[in-house]
Amino acid sequence: MTAQLRFNNVTLGYDRHPAVHHLDGAVASGALIAVVGPNGAGKSTLFKGVVGALKPLAGSIGLSGVDSREIAYLPQVAEIDRTFPINVYDMVAMGLWRQCGLFGGIGRGQRQAIERALETVGLTGFESRAIGTLSGGQLQRMLFARLLLQDARLIVLDEPFNAIDTKTCSDLLDLIRHWHGEQRTVLAALHDIEIVKAHFPETLLLAREKVAWGDTGKVLTPENLAKARRMCEAFDEEATACAA
Amino acid sequence: MLYETLIAPFVEFEFMRRALVGVCALAVGAGPIGVFLMLRRMSLVGDAMAHAILPGAAIGFLVSGLSLVAMSTGGMIAGFVIALLAGLVARTTELKEDASLAVFFLISLAIGVTIVSLRGTNIDLLHFLFGSVLALDDHTLLLMAASAVLTLFVLALIYRPLVIECVDPGYLRSVSRLGTPVHLIFLALVVINLVSGFQALGTLLAVGIMMVPAAIGRFWARDITPMIAIAVAGGMISGYAGLVLSYQTGIPSGPAVILFAGILYALSLAFGTAGGLLRKLFPGRHLEA
Repeated sequence: MTAQLRFNNVTLGYDRHPAVHHLDGAVASGALIAVVGPNGAGKSTLFKGVVGALKPLAGSIGLSGVDSREIAYLPQVAEIDRTFPINVYDMVAMGLWRQCGLFGGIGRGQRQAIERALETVGLTGFESRAIGTLSGGQLQRMLFARLLLQDARLIVLDEPFNAIDTKTCSDLLDLIRHWHGEQRTVLAALHDIEIVKAHFPETLLLAREKVAWGDTGKVLTPENLAKARRMCEAFDEEATACAA
Repeated sequence: MLYETLIAPFVEFEFMRRALVGVCALAVGAGPIGVFLMLRRMSLVGDAMAHAILPGAAIGFLVSGLSLVAMSTGGMIAGFVIALLAGLVARTTELKEDASLAVFFLISLAIGVTIVSLRGTNIDLLHFLFGSVLALDDHTLLLMAASAVLTLFVLALIYRPLVIECVDPGYLRSVSRLGTPVHLIFLALVVINLVSGFQALGTLLAVGIMMVPAAIGRFWARDITPMIAIAVAGGMISGYAGLVLSYQTGIPSGPAVILFAGILYALSLAFGTAGGLLRKLFPGRHLEA
């Protein structure tokens, strides 16, 4: 298996303060990886680095076989303007951007793909609803439908199950397993350790620095979790330049 | 009687026909721009831009008098420069677009007033501050029609990314680099339409035919495409009715157009099917499901 994503001693952060410090490692193509860690551990920062929204302070992130614009990325806090007058169908159809671009028509095949995506996430019948009328869980389902249409090799999900009911959560987990079955690479930041243990074969435990990375069973030990929790959250304003 | 009131003025007088063509062209271009400004919560940006254009037009006026070309060119240059600077500052620093725009248009206004005071004539300046929709010559009409066509053409070109950029800018950033260019192109369209509008309605009221129809559209449609169509129709109706009102009562035509748009807005606010007050106050019994 080839690496799709490689962290080369990468440091990511804000105003020179590292939020992810000297991370090394590789994500194999087709891997299903949970990224776990306390609040402020650098999970979202790491993902922003992966999708190219944040430039590394040092080191690099190497992508192979996929351009940074071809990653399907679900941010933790989507900047969606829910008052915008657009319906669910059009919103999901945005997932076809890479296929259609500025002018490409949306043909019969694509219409079917949109309908299938809506059906997969259980939103059939919601096509003409304005996005402002959706509940939080329905909105998340809609965003998953859009991710489906993006048809990406690498999918990055930042805390996709926050404030989501168990039914929706298990539906969306099925979808993630399905992606895994299709050999797509999936990275997901999660807080629920039980979900990680049940569904994710590989885990990166992050606490600004890498605590452990590997088989979920070996990574999520009580010792490792305790170590991650001890991590200091606040930046030190007086910190000196890192020598490493 | 109806013919005398509603149609005769346009049959009899060429300047009324020109004015009607002019306001219709304005409504076609400014309507969709206004809808996007409103949806991007930039409703007052149009106003700020109009102020930013004024000094450029004033410089043009001082250089070559009441020349359409000079004033339009000056206005467009000033507008583009301000829009570009404000847009770039907003996208590269923590300062939000409205704040950076406020700073730039105030500076621009100050520069403009300084230049005007150096040369001293401000009687003619009133002419384009408040517009002259009843005195549109061929060149002005051509300019207005050309900007309407250009606006529709460019909007069609950038429609998808512009909509995505409005609803979910983060998504557009993650799939494409078009976000910033599309935003700047959009601001350029705002400037073009304001320059086109100030010939007829003046710098201050030109924003009116952009924003008021957009607000009307919001009360009748829940989807952006019909909203744009309603805004354009609302602008055209206001233009026509405002001209008739002005012809029959003698009130100045620019304000009459915007006043009529205001009346349509009040009606929409009360009776609109998408969030109008009447529907809010008397929603009817709740439904089964």
